[in-house]
Amino acid sequence: MTAAKRPPLPVILLANDLLDGEVVFWTGRVWSDRPQEALIARDEAGAALLEAAAAEALAQNKVVDAYLVDVALDGEGRAVPRHYREKIKTEGPSVRRDLGKQAGQSNLVPTGH
Amino acid sequence: MYRYDEFDARFVRERVAQFRDQVARRLDGSLTEDEFKPLRLKNGVYLQLHAYMLRIAIPYGTLSARQLRQLALIGEKYDRGYGHFTTRTNMQFNWPRLRDVPEILDLLADVEMHCIQTSGNCIRNVTADHFAGVAADEVEDPRPTAELIRQWSSLHPEFDYLPRKFKIAVTGSPQDRAVTKAHDIGLRILRNAKGEIGYEVMVGGGLGRTPMIAKTIRAFLPKAELLAYLEAVLRVYNLEGRRDNKYKARVKILVHEIGAEKFTQLVEDEYARLDGPSIVADPQEVARIAAYFAPPAYEKLPLRSTGFDAAKTQNRAFATWASVNLFPHKLTGYAAATISLKNIGEAPGDVTSAQMRVLADLAEKYSFDELRITHAQNVVLPHVKQDDLFAVWQALVAADLASANAGLITDIIACPGLDYCSLATARSIPIAQALAQRFADQERQIEIGELNIKISGCINACAHHHVGHIGILGLEKSGKESYQITLGGDATLNAAIGERLGPGLDAEDVPDTIERIVEVYLQHRKAGEPFIDAVRRLGLEPFKAVVQETLHAPA
Ligand code: SF4
Repeated sequence: MTAAKRPPLPVILLANDLLDGEVVFWTGRVWSDRPQEALIARDEAGAALLEAAAAEALAQNKVVDAYLVDVALDGEGRAVPRHYREKIKTEGPSVRRDLGKQAGQSNLVPTGH
Repeated sequence: MYRYDEFDARFVRERVAQFRDQVARRLDGSLTEDEFKPLRLKNGVYLQLHAYMLRIAIPYGTLSARQLRQLALIGEKYDRGYGHFTTRTNMQFNWPRLRDVPEILDLLADVEMHCIQTSGNCIRNVTADHFAGVAADEVEDPRPTAELIRQWSSLHPEFDYLPRKFKIAVTGSPQDRAVTKAHDIGLRILRNAKGEIGYEVMVGGGLGRTPMIAKTIRAFLPKAELLAYLEAVLRVYNLEGRRDNKYKARVKILVHEIGAEKFTQLVEDEYARLDGPSIVADPQEVARIAAYFAPPAYEKLPLRSTGFDAAKTQNRAFATWASVNLFPHKLTGYAAATISLKNIGEAPGDVTSAQMRVLADLAEKYSFDELRITHAQNVVLPHVKQDDLFAVWQALVAADLASANAGLITDIIACPGLDYCSLATARSIPIAQALAQRFADQERQIEIGELNIKISGCINACAHHHVGHIGILGLEKSGKESYQITLGGDATLNAAIGERLGPGLDAEDVPDTIERIVEVYLQHRKAGEPFIDAVRRLGLEPFKAVVQETLHAPA
C-alpha cells in the first residue's frame, strides 16, 4: 500500500483484520474495530506516520488492504469518511442496519493480549 | 443427483487439508498476502468491504435437502444467519472469518460440496437450465453434460492458469434459460437431421466492460466428441488469449479481435491435431454420470388435479401464485414451482437459514429431494405434484417465501453492489428495493407482464444488466452514485445487448424514470405484446425521451 497519492487531509488509516476480516482502524497504538477510536491525522507529518503504521502492520501480517481515508469531522470531532464507499465500509451494509458496526457487531475474536 | 465417488471425495478432502495448511502458513507469516491471495481465491475466499466472503459452488444449480440444510447450518454458525444466491447459482456468505473457513470447507465436504474454482483464472462452476429434466421442450437433460465438464475441468492441469476466468453454461432446450450466449462457452444440446444428439458450440460471449454475444463456431458437434472439442477451444484460448491486459484477456476479446472465422479455424486445426480418443470421456463413465440424473420415480397422474383446481377457486392468493410461479412439467400432474427470493423490499437472492430449512423440508417431502437455484436468484422445486401445490404454498406463506412475481417486474436481479462488494462503484440493492416497492401492486405487475430488470453495482456486470430488458448500471459520477439505464437487452436465444438511454441518473430519479418507461410501453403495446417485443418494434426514441424528461424536470 502506501500508495503514490495521498488523499486530502484529514485522514485516518483503516484496514481489514487478516484473521477475521473485520474493518479495523489504527488508533496510534493498536488496531481497533471502532471507527470512533481512529487516530485522525490533520497534517502531512501525521499522515506519514499513518502510512508507516500501515506498512509495518502489513509486514507483520496483522491486517490486509490498509489505506488512508480522507474524512470530515462531525460536530463531536469524530471522523466520518468523505466518500460513500468508505462510509459504508465503516458502518455496515446500508440495506441491513441490523448488521455490522452500525449494529454494534464485530467479527474480531479477542486475542487476549 | 450426482454422488461423489471415492476419487471425488478424497480430492475434496485433500483440498480442505491443503487450504487449512495454507491458512496456517499465512498466519505464521510464511506466506505473504501476495502469495496467499491467489490460493484463497482458488478456494472461493474473497475479501469484501466489511469482511471475507465465501463463495460456494452449486454445480448446475442443483441441491439436495441435506446440502441446503448444511448451508443453513453454516449460515447460522459461521455467518449472520443468511446467505445470498448469485447469478451463477453459487451461494455466498458475507461474514465468515478466515480462521473459520477450513472448518466450513470440512462441513461442505461432508455433503459433497466445495468452493473450488469459484474464483481465479480457471474454468468456473458450470451452470445449466434450472428446468433441466423438467421442461417439455428439452432435447436432453443438460446436467450430465454439465457434470462431465465439471469433472473434466476440475484441476485440469493445462487449464489451471488461463489468461482469465472461464464460464460455461449448458442448455438442453431450444428455449435458452441459462443465458448461454453470455458465456465464454455456451452449449446447446440439439438433434441433427439424422436424429443424433450433439451440441451447438457458441464461444466468446460475456458481459462486463465489453459485452459480447457468443458466436457459433460449430453448429453440430457429435455428443461423444465434446471434451476433445472443448479441449481444443481452451487450448487455443490458453495460447492465444491476451495476458498483458486483464481487461482484454477474456476469450470474447480474442474472438472479437481475430474474428469468429479465424478463431473457428484455429480451433478446428487444433482439434484435428489433438488425440481426440485419449481425451473424450469413456462411454461407461458417461453412462455412469447420466444414471445419476435418471428421472425420479414419478407417479402416473391424471392431466388435471381436482384438488389443485378447487384450491385455486377457493383461494385467490394461491391462484395468483400458481398462475405466476408455476412452470409446466413434462409429466402430467406435476409442476415445477419457482420460489421467489424477491420479496418486496428485500435484497434479491438473500435467504435466511430458517428459510433454507423450510425449502429443504419441502424438497424432501414434495420434490424428490431436489432443489434448483436459478441464475435469476430464485429457487425451484422441480417436481411437485399438483395435488401437493396448495400445501407447498401454505408452507411458503408461513416462511415468507410466497411472492407471486417470478418473471415479473419485481423479480429483479441485483448483485450485492456496494453494500458488500469491494469492487462496486455504487449500491444496487437499494435500487432494487425502491423499484420493487414502486411496482409492488400485484395486479399491476401482472398487467405489465414479463419484464426483467437487472442491476449491477459496477461494470463487471455480475447481475447481467446488459441483457436485462431494462438494465441498470451503478457508477460513480463526481463523488456520487449514478445509474445508467439500458434498454432492449435479452438473455434468451435472441440474446441482445441493451442500449444506453442517456446519461446517468441519481438514485432518487431511477424509480420515476423506470415508471415512465413502463408507461410508454403500456401506452403503445399491441394486445399481448411483451415489453421486449414492444421495445424492438418501437425503437429507443420514445424511451430516450423519458430519460430526458427526468433530467430536465425541475428539482
Ligand atoms: S457487478 Fe460489480 S458490484 Fe456487483 S457483484 Fe459484480 S463486481 Fe461486485
